[in-house]
Amino acid sequence: MTLPQVPILPILPELILTLFGIAVMLFDPFTAKPHKSWLSSLAFIGVLAALAGNVLLLAAEGEYYNGMIIVDSFSVFFNFLFLIIAGLSILASRQYLVREGVNHSEYYGLLLFATVGMCFMGGANELIMIFIGLEITSISTYVLAGFRRTDLKSNEAAIKYFLLGSFATAFLLYGIALMYGATHTTHLSQISSALLTGRIDLRLVLAGTALMMVGFSFKVATAPFQIWTPDVYEGAPIPVTGWMSVGPKAAGFAAFLRVFFVALPALDQKWFWVLWVSSVLTMTIGNTAAMLQSNIKRMLAYSSIAHAGYILVAFAALTPNGIASIMFYLLAYSVMNLGAFAVISAWSLSGERRVTIDEFAGLGYRQPWLAAAFTVFLLGLTGIPLTAGFTGKFFMFRAAINSKLYWLTIIALLNSAASLYYYLRPTIAMYMREPGESGRTSAPQDSAPLQISMATKVVIAVSVLAVFYLGLFPSTILDFAQSSAFLVH
Amino acid sequence: MDFFRQHILSITTFTPLVGAFLLLFVGKENKNAIRWIANLFGFLGLLVSLPLWFWYNRADGGFQFIERHEWIKTIGANYSLGADGISLLLILLTTVLGAIAILSSWTAIEMRVKEYYIFLLLLQVGMIGVFCSLDFFLFYVFWEVMLVPMYFLIGVWGSDRRLYSAIKFFLYTLVGSVVMLLGILVLYFHMPEGQRTFDYIQIMNYLHASPLASNIARFVWLAFFLGFAIKVPMFPFHTWLPDAHTDAPTAGSVILAGVLLKMGTYGFIRFSLPLLPNESQYFKGMMAALAIIGIVYGALVAMMQKDWKRLVAYSSVSHLGFVMLGMFCFNPNGVNGSVLQMINHGISTGGLFLIVGLVYERRHTRMISEYSGLSHVMPVYATYFMIIMLSSLGLPLLNGFIGEFTILQGAFQVSYTWAAFAVSGIILGAAYLLWLYQRTMFGEITNEKNKTLKDLNFREVATLFPLVVLALWIGIYPKPFFEILERPVNKVVATVQPDKFTVDSMGNLIVPDKAKANPLPASVPAGTEAAAAIQRDLPTTQSATPGVEKK
Repeated sequence: MTLPQVPILPILPELILTLFGIAVMLFDPFTAKPHKSWLSSLAFIGVLAALAGNVLLLAAEGEYYNGMIIVDSFSVFFNFLFLIIAGLSILASRQYLVREGVNHSEYYGLLLFATVGMCFMGGANELIMIFIGLEITSISTYVLAGFRRTDLKSNEAAIKYFLLGSFATAFLLYGIALMYGATHTTHLSQISSALLTGRIDLRLVLAGTALMMVGFSFKVATAPFQIWTPDVYEGAPIPVTGWMSVGPKAAGFAAFLRVFFVALPALDQKWFWVLWVSSVLTMTIGNTAAMLQSNIKRMLAYSSIAHAGYILVAFAALTPNGIASIMFYLLAYSVMNLGAFAVISAWSLSGERRVTIDEFAGLGYRQPWLAAAFTVFLLGLTGIPLTAGFTGKFFMFRAAINSKLYWLTIIALLNSAASLYYYLRPTIAMYMREPGESGRTSAPQDSAPLQISMATKVVIAVSVLAVFYLGLFPSTILDFAQSSAFLVH
Repeated sequence: MDFFRQHILSITTFTPLVGAFLLLFVGKENKNAIRWIANLFGFLGLLVSLPLWFWYNRADGGFQFIERHEWIKTIGANYSLGADGISLLLILLTTVLGAIAILSSWTAIEMRVKEYYIFLLLLQVGMIGVFCSLDFFLFYVFWEVMLVPMYFLIGVWGSDRRLYSAIKFFLYTLVGSVVMLLGILVLYFHMPEGQRTFDYIQIMNYLHASPLASNIARFVWLAFFLGFAIKVPMFPFHTWLPDAHTDAPTAGSVILAGVLLKMGTYGFIRFSLPLLPNESQYFKGMMAALAIIGIVYGALVAMMQKDWKRLVAYSSVSHLGFVMLGMFCFNPNGVNGSVLQMINHGISTGGLFLIVGLVYERRHTRMISEYSGLSHVMPVYATYFMIIMLSSLGLPLLNGFIGEFTILQGAFQVSYTWAAFAVSGIILGAAYLLWLYQRTMFGEITNEKNKTLKDLNFREVATLFPLVVLALWIGIYPKPFFEILERPVNKVVATVQPDKFTVDSMGNLIVPDKAKANPLPASVPAGTEAAAAIQRDLPTTQSATPGVEKK
């Protein structure tokens, strides 16, 4: 008996990540405690290797494994995105984990496994595969959110995310089941052609669509399924929050986009209005609530909700341009947010103290470069020109106007302008107030000079450069996204 | 030299950026080194912009010094710069005031000197960029980016309620500009697929060939209006201005009043009028009404101020009302006067803010009641104040008079009512300025602290002197300025009122034959004074200096 020839190239990045993830866990018992940081280097090398593997994928476009996995420039783009996020997150976590005394190698293993799941979500061509990818990602994330085991808030975050996340996954699974019941397939393009025949039970399909939408909306945190976000983001360790706000969210959008544009374009007029309403709610709730926060992590949690709302604006455009702009924006948003969280992590003190906005007072003069970088990230999130945030939003709103979504765009633009109010608050604290002016007096040891590790500095520097690069010369990335977006549509 | 000539606009725009970049590498303890470098680059920025004045071809009303490079090809955004007479004068105003603002900060700023000058230089880049962009995308980038340094200038180095004012300034203008962005995108998608571009000239040509549906065009016009009117600021969008001007540091106020507000008026004359002429006509009445309310209201509120700086701030609302009124006359006199008055306002009000700043630096109060009889201890100061104050209120032989006179001429040609209200604004202006001067400069010194005030030193005189020279130059011999403005303005006017004015490709007005000209435009009842004025003026409008030679 001979085993069938199985090509490994289509899932090469996933395989590399898995191997390195296992290696990290395996080497852990044999590594003395002071040398544990070596394992994070190993994980980082794994990400670099996977990036190299991903380059090879460009030459291997097509469907594989009975159509379960598809390799196209869309999936390659998202693989790149997930790997960049993973790489930056690994670097950004090193100093933090040591400082908080939770420098266990499972952290890096889980991060790599979650990335495997995300890559599967981006490359899945079939509903079950998406579900598997989502589960790999989610389960890793539940653990990561509770990684500061002794901290109550971190525990709360993990439990909350786990309970609500399980519900959402159940909704998704139920939706998949209904879809299968109606169309007798879970393969995306076969669902699409089944819908076009007209010989299917539309009620089942609609119910399935609605349930899947609930599942995805939960994962990308759009209204009205965003309630979990602030608590989870606040409780999770800072680097994990940064990673969660971009990685699983981008993966959720990748699957969301692929399912709805490949499998369900026939129903787009039905789900368009759901997106429209959800978009308005998401933006407005996110921005309004963000204005009221005093904890910077919570503020960025709400801001991430608002950004999901902007992305839905481009989603509702229902055009390849819209998809391309979402892809570009996810990249732009990822570097801005990861950079911002790296700054927060560098400024915070052990035990996650010094994370309220007022406590950023004086950062501008104690650490001018750190503060300048933070300002760049915040202005980028607002969407001020020269930053990735501006070009990203510009492309998305351009796509929306192209589809004549005037009102939605106006609401989005005004929301975006209003968001300036809370993004400026840290800059006020950093530059326009003296430490202690807010009424809090910091303990003397808190004013000790900051020690920022090389890895954190690299993350911040790379993010700043990426923010400006995408803001000034977006053509290369945008063109690539545009060419991939046509494949999906 | 050839390279310089071809890239003069880029060089002018980015010279301050080089300065800001160099400053990054100077240690923050070397305050004097920082000041020298900043001043050097402020002055250098002025120096490299001066050839524009000499190289500009006055016989051609189109854009000159054009530079064009591909930028974001996928969406059709280009790096394209160019200047016509209108932008040219504003660019020069920016470089002059920029250099002065930097010089004026030498002793005023002692805290965080390095960051201060970096922001001031970055601000300069954004403002010059706005005036020479010929691409909507590029324009918008400059337009918004300059908000950031201004926000920090007010927020960090401002006084009193600086946080409130800084955020208010940023939020107000941002709301306006995002709505403007929507208008830009609608124009962009009006272009046929495949030809879509943000190029200003191509969009304009296409719009003239196939206009937008009128309801969409009005929507776009209003989107632009919101963006520009907040910036100008026109009543009722002016509420950010007194706060921002009052709380900004002196140099910030000079730049705010001198240049930033002109970005709004420039936006109207560069975009709203030529791109959407019919809609500009349609909203003419509303604009005139808002402008007139601004003139009178601004002047009345200015009169009641106890705070010196706030008074000057409100006088800006009034003066900018004049600029807007002149612009919406849509005749050569009104528009010429409007642009010249933008320059004049930059000179006079910039000067007035410097004047306030000089005593504020000495006494750290802006209350008018704290000062009296300053002319006894500071005679040089009082003299400069006098000249600048008179230029602001429009005394003949000074710049303000030329601008206001030309605007009034334009207004008379359109409507007596407009002109009557505008004249009342001049009278009120004279009232609050003279009263201010009398209260602060004349009388006995009532406050002990004022007895020991030092008069101006050489550096301080150097900040005011160029402004006074410019004020006198424009006041006595404005012809060179009108020569630069004439043809570009003719082009604008002919675009908005093609039934009344026609121009050739260079921007020269073509005087209609007597037979054709006789039937007067429908909007002016024949036989009235206004109609007579039009007939009287038609032959003279083609002369280089409308209305001025008659003096």
